[in-house]
Amino acid sequence: MPYRHVVGPQTYLFADLRDLMAKATPLRSGDMLAGVAAASAEENVAARMCLAEVPLATFLSEALVPYETDEVTRLIIDTHDAAAFRPISHMNVGDFRDFLLSGVATSEVLAALAPGVTPEMAAAVSKLMRNQDLIAVAKKCRVVTKFRNTIGLPGTMAVRLQPNHPTDDPAGVTASILDGLLYGCGDAVIGINPASDSLPVLSELLRLIDGIIQRFDIPTQACVLTHVTTSTEVINRGVPVDLVFQSIAGTQAANASFGIDLAVLREGHEAALSLKRGTLGDNVMYFETGQGSALSANAHHGVDQQTLEARAYAVARPFKPLLVNTVVGFIGPEYLYDGKQIIRAGLEDHFCGKLMGVPLGCDVCYTNHAEADQDDMDTLMTLLGAAGVTYIMGIPGSDDVMLNYQSTSFHDQLYLREVLGLKRAPEFEAWLQAMGITGPDGRLKTQRGNHPLLAAARELAA
Amino acid sequence: MSRPEMEVEPANDPVPPADHVIEGGEYRIEDSWSRLAGITPARIALGRVGAGLPTREVLRFALAHAQARDAVHAPFDSARMAGEIAGLGFETLELASAAPARDAYLRRPDLGRRLSDASRAVLRAGEFDPVDLAIVVADGLSSTAIHAQAVPFLTAFQARIAAAGWRVAPVVIASQARVALGDEVGEALRAAAVVVLIGERPGLSSPDSLGLYLTFAPRAGRTDAERNCISNVRGEGLSHDQAAFKLAWLLEQALARQLTGVSLKDESDLLLVNGQPPVPRLG
Repeated sequence: MPYRHVVGPQTYLFADLRDLMAKATPLRSGDMLAGVAAASAEENVAARMCLAEVPLATFLSEALVPYETDEVTRLIIDTHDAAAFRPISHMNVGDFRDFLLSGVATSEVLAALAPGVTPEMAAAVSKLMRNQDLIAVAKKCRVVTKFRNTIGLPGTMAVRLQPNHPTDDPAGVTASILDGLLYGCGDAVIGINPASDSLPVLSELLRLIDGIIQRFDIPTQACVLTHVTTSTEVINRGVPVDLVFQSIAGTQAANASFGIDLAVLREGHEAALSLKRGTLGDNVMYFETGQGSALSANAHHGVDQQTLEARAYAVARPFKPLLVNTVVGFIGPEYLYDGKQIIRAGLEDHFCGKLMGVPLGCDVCYTNHAEADQDDMDTLMTLLGAAGVTYIMGIPGSDDVMLNYQSTSFHDQLYLREVLGLKRAPEFEAWLQAMGITGPDGRLKTQRGNHPLLAAARELAA
Repeated sequence: MSRPEMEVEPANDPVPPADHVIEGGEYRIEDSWSRLAGITPARIALGRVGAGLPTREVLRFALAHAQARDAVHAPFDSARMAGEIAGLGFETLELASAAPARDAYLRRPDLGRRLSDASRAVLRAGEFDPVDLAIVVADGLSSTAIHAQAVPFLTAFQARIAAAGWRVAPVVIASQARVALGDEVGEALRAAAVVVLIGERPGLSSPDSLGLYLTFAPRAGRTDAERNCISNVRGEGLSHDQAAFKLAWLLEQALARQLTGVSLKDESDLLLVNGQPPVPRLG
């Protein structure tokens, strides 16, 4: 069904809901590359004005990606919670924004609403929101998950310790893990991106991280970020696996380019659950996403990249993941051109995930061919800290020497805790104190060379 | 944070007057595990000032980022490259992609994957005999890498070409180019296979890394799954000689088995002698 909006003498026509959503999206290079972006600033605002009047219920009847050929659309429609949706079922998208910002939408109301919010509804309302709106509403959303600690409590922010190494060298990986722990990082997960995809190497890395966690009784979890089918295979071989990882996207075709579908994810989920390694909870999945992944796989169906990103959270949602993060600036400037676009996308992704009830963190990052630098990352991480982001990355000195991009560092999370008063997952915070890494105020203590972690370093790295 | 944190004092001490000499505490904290920094290229044990990085680390990072940025944006000296490669005894041909400038190249990967109209006309006007290999030297995302690595790599690879007796097309120097540009070029040059030497996306610690992409039966529309890649060719990574050996091994296999890509696994390491590639022998 076509949509139209009149601005003075000009009538803007939008072919269908998909076209309207794309043209209402704040400008970004990926939508321009796909040829779906608004042609002018006025058309962009006209599309937003038109979108504001679209009833939320329309998104349940007009699919942006065809129901018949896309299992993600079927998942979204078939599992939609009509009872949860009822309180907002009479609203249009503009009303929905006003409601979300109002005092009526408390944390409890938003939590009850989440199963009734489809990704398309979340994406649509985000397109009408300024950055401060995205922050203010996300801040009210509470998503708490558990494995060996409790992630997502109000006033906390966790950190993934990311000890990547260009050749997966165990000693080098260990050195980065110890550095990170001594900087108070690792409550979200100690999670490594392996350079290799060979099963013996992956198994060795899993045993290495598990060994450190067991030896020092650290209330956290390990993950080696490899393909879900590979994780299932190492589980079958008896290797200790806490979290099963997978990159996911918002269409069936894009997921196929990752070599997965929903059935494959279910197998990985069941394999991880079967190990029963969580002590506090059974949130066993870790997913990564990022705007532009569907277009880069030529699997975008003419839908804007931000809406498709929100659909990836719908893929994640039924698996009750411990962690989901958008890798916001990793994919390159053809999708998010500069710091301004990366910052906007990070806030949108976080908002949409949280509104849908998904524990969203963010890899606040950029590549060297994007128009971005450390100042842009400082801005985005500070805004996300204010928005209540579930976790960020912790990488030694911001420099990922395996993946060749820059993310947030062990120091960056200390800065956020200082300026925003954010605490760690409580069990991990207590462990740091017991280990003498932090004081009662949560601040780092100066370490002498005889700290038990350091005393064990030589042995662990051997 | 308006003043440096001291090691042991509570955070809410009064700010000392400007002329006060700070005594009795280190405000810059060095990490006691700096010996671990030697076992990884990762930036560990950096020390801290409060929650922040010490000045020396902020500047060291800024320099690395500046070098990586310059590698992306430094103009590609196509004429100089053509001259140096001709100096090795290769015929050369300078071509350009359809991306008119760096900004368009970064925003529109599709333009970097096809030839400009003028370059396509140059290839159409030429008459080329069938060859075993076409070589494309492409700026990619790091002209710094190509300027530094292309000639020493080709010097090493030239010996392997001679030893195998491969027929090689004129070396194409391609500006604003992505890997897939080699498909159109290789097809026009009637080459059984094409290798694209390309500047890789620069990392903070590796602004000058070269990548090699080998594609059998190059045609427009080939996918990355149909190529073999050798990456991280640079001083601190894979040496020029090792890379030349790997490429020669892959090319020999590709010509014999009539394919490249996921079904051709690089097993060249099995032929290494004490970790080094065997010396090429003529005939």
